[in-house]
Amino acid sequence: MAERRENKKKGAAKAGAKAEAAGTAAGAGAVPARLAVRKTYKLYLGGAFPRSESGRSYPVASADGTHLANASLASRKDARDAVGAARKAFGGWSGRTAYNRGQILYRVAEVMEGRREQFAARLVDARGLSRAEADRTVSTAVDRWVYYAGWTDKFAQVLGGANPVSGPFYNHSAPEPTGVVAVFAPQDAPLLGLTSVIAPVIATGNTAVVVTSEKAPLAAIDLAEVLATSDLPGGVVNLLTGKAAEIGPHLASHADVNALDLTGAGTSAVEFEKAAADTLTRVLRPGPEAEGGEDAWFDADPGTSRMTPFLETKTVWHPVGV
Amino acid sequence: MPVPHTAFAPEATTNHALRAYLHGLPGVDEVGARARAQDLSTRSIKTTAKAKAIDLAISMVDLTTLEGADTPGKVRSLCAKAALPDPADRTVPHVGAVCVYPDMVATAVEALRGTGIGVASVATAFPSGRAPLEVKLADTRQAVADGASEIDMVIDRGAFLSGDYLKVHEEIVAVKEACGEAHLKVILETGELVTYDNVRRASHLAMRAGGDFIKTSTGKVAPAATPPVTLIMLEAVRDHFAATGRRIGVKPAGGIRTTKDAVRNLVLVNETAGPDWLTPDLFRIGASSLLNDLLMQRTRLSTGTYPGPDYYTQD
Repeated sequence: MAERRENKKKGAAKAGAKAEAAGTAAGAGAVPARLAVRKTYKLYLGGAFPRSESGRSYPVASADGTHLANASLASRKDARDAVGAARKAFGGWSGRTAYNRGQILYRVAEVMEGRREQFAARLVDARGLSRAEADRTVSTAVDRWVYYAGWTDKFAQVLGGANPVSGPFYNHSAPEPTGVVAVFAPQDAPLLGLTSVIAPVIATGNTAVVVTSEKAPLAAIDLAEVLATSDLPGGVVNLLTGKAAEIGPHLASHADVNALDLTGAGTSAVEFEKAAADTLTRVLRPGPEAEGGEDAWFDADPGTSRMTPFLETKTVWHPVGV
Repeated sequence: MPVPHTAFAPEATTNHALRAYLHGLPGVDEVGARARAQDLSTRSIKTTAKAKAIDLAISMVDLTTLEGADTPGKVRSLCAKAALPDPADRTVPHVGAVCVYPDMVATAVEALRGTGIGVASVATAFPSGRAPLEVKLADTRQAVADGASEIDMVIDRGAFLSGDYLKVHEEIVAVKEACGEAHLKVILETGELVTYDNVRRASHLAMRAGGDFIKTSTGKVAPAATPPVTLIMLEAVRDHFAATGRRIGVKPAGGIRTTKDAVRNLVLVNETAGPDWLTPDLFRIGASSLLNDLLMQRTRLSTGTYPGPDYYTQD
């Protein structure tokens, strides 16, 4: 590559010198510079990649202030459409066998592993991480998918089971997915943090509408490309890039949203929780990791604490001997 | 035999005269009809205008249940919903009518007593229309005797497509007579008429034969009420009014599920037949799931928050 550039320069110089003599020689030896193929970052909604309904976009800069790309600025109507898509996908996704959900989450890890380079480069840009730190973050994010893939067919045994009751009854409890969960992804952890909030929600059979980090949304769209090619049915995860403060109130007050994960909602969290109360929406408040960067999410064993808030326990009484 | 005048409906009711009249109608510009319907669907109706459109649309809904699995209980709960679509908001207008199979008419009439809502009954061997005329007439008379105030009949598409316009005409006349006081809606089943020219011809035939309403579809055949078809039928009632001074209603049915679809239909009515048709007496929408979407949009406008389907009854 370097060599070719060298030749081009020489060629150009020579041609310049002879330009007077032979008018056409200049074009003959020059290799035209390849046009950059720039990516349009769009939303991920119902399994497709549409632009925002509003047609808006906003500039995304790297940690040192360099312009990286424009991302779609999602509107309240995009949020409404996303909730519709998530609702539509809920029946199919929650109805799949736990084993199959595990296979699909593992598949996400497989596909992500193949695109390590891209994710690492994205983190170096977005967060100013060193290459080694970025690699470690990507590895942990991939491992997190595997972690929750393992939980899909185990959480029911751990969280449910037979209850001892005083009477001639069998009494069983089983956790069931809550429904559509609106997730506010952490603002300063664009990949590992994002993965850590999405994976537990969908592992148990919920569908998700995710508002990504506002200042670092590009990794989320890369992740969307992974999800779209991992047999995850369209609409199970919907990613909206934009401002949590703008879209949030509409998601929080939406009567067809069953739960909120307010991790990345920042100062609006209290306001959203109030709006959610009108429709008895479950709420997961921001934890201590919400304010941290990717480092805050490195725990190798996150446990079940992010799955349990989005489960409903169904208890069945059945007479003995009938 | 003199050549019949083709610009107006013929005096003589013969197959020859009907054929000359219907085939003398100007052909439908298919591309133009699609483009016009598409163009009108882009109108932006917002805020107060949207609120009015939603209430108007609710009052035009013929709340329909036409399933083999219909039970008296289901019909009664549908009637309760027709009278009070949103129990949480009593400012919501009641729907235009309830549309059921003939054997459910008595149940619906009983459930709707005192509400001022009419009962529409499909009749004449709905949805195929494949039965002897005597059976169709008995079907109609029974429904009217049970208290139906509107009858939705289907035309004989087989006869229409084979060019036997007289048979179609005579059937409509006979059913109209059997209806007595009840209004007659004539279902053209446009999804089976193949061309837009046929939709125009069937519309004029039904109006000439005495139908009070022309209705697009049974809802059992796809495509049902597409915007171009509704447009062509609205043009037909407009032209019929210009020629005879008699206003005929239009009822698109089937496939109208969202508030957006409903509002687009109202725009079509206003721009084609004119604002005089924007009343439940002259425009109805046959639907079942549409009502919930209208109610949700209404709630969205009045509260500012998005409602969920769990807050509305399904049947």
